[in-house]
Amino acid sequence: MARFRREAPSESAGSLEQLLAAREIVISCGSGGVGKTTTAAAMAAMAAVHLGGTVLVLTVDPARRLANALGLERFGNVERRVPDDLFRAAGVEPRGELWAAMLDTKDSWDALVRTHAPDPATRDAILSNPLYQNITGKFVQSHDYIAMERLYEIHTSGRYDLIVVDTPPTRHAIDFLEAPERMADFFSSRLLRWLTTPYRSRLVNAASRPFYSIADRILGSQFLEDIAEFFILFQTMYDGFVERARAVERTLSERRTTFVVVSTLEEAPVREAEFFIRALSDRDLHLGALVLNKVLPGYFLDEAATAAAEELVRKADPVAATVAEQLAGEVVDPADLARVLREVAESFLNYRIIATREAEQRKELGVVPDVVAAAPFFETDIFDLAGLLRMGERIWR
Amino acid sequence: MPSTPDLLDRRLVFVTGKGGVGKTSVAAALALLASRRGKRTLVCEVDAKGNLADFFEAPPNTFEPQELSGGLYAMAMDTEESLKEYLRLQLKVPLLARIGPLARSLDFVANAAPGVKEILTVGKLCWEVRERHYDLVVVDAPASGHVVGQLAAPQAINELVKVGRVQDQTRWMVDLLSDPLTTAAVIVAAPEEMPVTETLELIGRIRTETTVRLAAVIVNKVLPELFGRGEEELFGRLRAPEAVSALAGAVGAPVSGVEPLLDAAQLAVTLRRTRTEHINRLRSEVPADVELLYVPYLFTRSHGVRATRNLAEALGAELGY
Repeated sequence: MARFRREAPSESAGSLEQLLAAREIVISCGSGGVGKTTTAAAMAAMAAVHLGGTVLVLTVDPARRLANALGLERFGNVERRVPDDLFRAAGVEPRGELWAAMLDTKDSWDALVRTHAPDPATRDAILSNPLYQNITGKFVQSHDYIAMERLYEIHTSGRYDLIVVDTPPTRHAIDFLEAPERMADFFSSRLLRWLTTPYRSRLVNAASRPFYSIADRILGSQFLEDIAEFFILFQTMYDGFVERARAVERTLSERRTTFVVVSTLEEAPVREAEFFIRALSDRDLHLGALVLNKVLPGYFLDEAATAAAEELVRKADPVAATVAEQLAGEVVDPADLARVLREVAESFLNYRIIATREAEQRKELGVVPDVVAAAPFFETDIFDLAGLLRMGERIWR
Repeated sequence: MPSTPDLLDRRLVFVTGKGGVGKTSVAAALALLASRRGKRTLVCEVDAKGNLADFFEAPPNTFEPQELSGGLYAMAMDTEESLKEYLRLQLKVPLLARIGPLARSLDFVANAAPGVKEILTVGKLCWEVRERHYDLVVVDAPASGHVVGQLAAPQAINELVKVGRVQDQTRWMVDLLSDPLTTAAVIVAAPEEMPVTETLELIGRIRTETTVRLAAVIVNKVLPELFGRGEEELFGRLRAPEAVSALAGAVGAPVSGVEPLLDAAQLAVTLRRTRTEHINRLRSEVPADVELLYVPYLFTRSHGVRATRNLAEALGAELGY
């Protein structure tokens, strides 16, 4: 297998290819529905083909068809290799290996507890605590932390030359960036001590008495006791957890990590992309590239074509009469042809409105990174490796 | 004849769907439509970074509802404010300043402890409904996965907390959310692969993990059909080189000016066809008791109040108003 074609990180990569060659972790972000997961998979597939080495795409929520596209029955928490045959079927010989994995929140939390629990008894007590199961299973924020945690773990394993991560939609991506910090804060907080003190000592001091009287009234003391038990157990993992969360946080800001923001040119996703780009800059995180997806073809902005469409809307009937005479084959009813021509011209003008809006959005995009790549609106869904590579080719160089 | 009330005759409607499908614009349009039909309507955006206000060209929403137009109010959920309001109303805690540190730590609990944010959000919405401050509350709810956690939160907490005020407080919420005459969820879908797949998964999750009735799936951005029967064949003939130059001559444009028109029409036909497959998938897999509504793709320049009005009209027509 070819070694990964590594380049030193430079501040100005000219293409996605150069960017990915220089980094070890690429985090793909953007609002929902912009094709973030597809873009992440396309980038990873292109890296495996052209840069070699061992490449992993870690995704939070892939389409089943995308899993199938990568030749996987299903994504799982374990990393699976995408068979080389699929690349050959798509007409390429990969220089490296492509692997894929999906984030399973529950499994990842369990693994984390197993790593950090001081002894088997504590481990089992945590794993069977109803509150723990609720945190890991039902509620959303734990997802953000565990995604980062898992990325860190995979990265430090050293198994991969490049890891491409697909994140939850942008609005939560900020939570995602802050999750390690919040987790560390939480475990070092006074609140935790407050919550757990009385159940250890039964001596509530004057300062915290009002808190308990109100907390009891709101939550009921049984619940408080459950919480306390849970946190007392969790505190045994305190040191490991905080240290870990800090390390995860550092990984994000290292030079080997870069962020790729994906957006369509619709108004709302563009606003979110801008918001996220600012958030990255505020946190001194590296913005590597902007990928514009599902961009309408440039011909909608062609002036000659627009003039022709407007003319055709006005003169569909006479034009149809002239063209009908010149059409080879069966005789055509000019009225039918006029209807078709009008439809063609009106449809063009309709889509032109959207294309114009897209062009305006593109112009309005403020801070842009060195690499800006655009992928067209593919006429069909991307459902196989060939499709991913076809998209990849459009954004790669 | 219908055993369930019209969508807008309910009291609390959660609008969800995958990001990018137009969830917020549909929520805005439903609220506008309801207010125009004489209902005192509150539309609430749950995601603080949302852009609901853009759809009304209004200033950013606040926790305190603002009247946008006759009978239409908008607010943004803020769990901290919701907690303060709850403390004020329920616990008769008058001086928040005195318990400043406490409020901060409770806020901290709200951020860190599971389920608290969810319950503060749903609790506030249910409260507005129970107190009959509005005829209808439309919620621009979080996207797919997150909405289930929210809708299920009162039930989950009710089961978790065995006694105490929270137990009582979640009981009535569960009742309100479980009443199909009062509360409904609506999923907005775009006719594309992932949104359809997520919609079908979400239908299953709402039905099994929550007690909220799923009333409708709104298929947004349905592309127009360009050609009727036989017309597509005619269009195919137009693509022959002789036909293209004849057309260019008749229009008085260069061939390079006419070809994009035909390419564009071909693109439109293909997009429509691909999307029709996804719509068919919805048709065959969405349970019969869930209504399917269709809203056309609107080729408009703006995203503002005019676009919202157009969407409201399209929705109104689809709902039979």
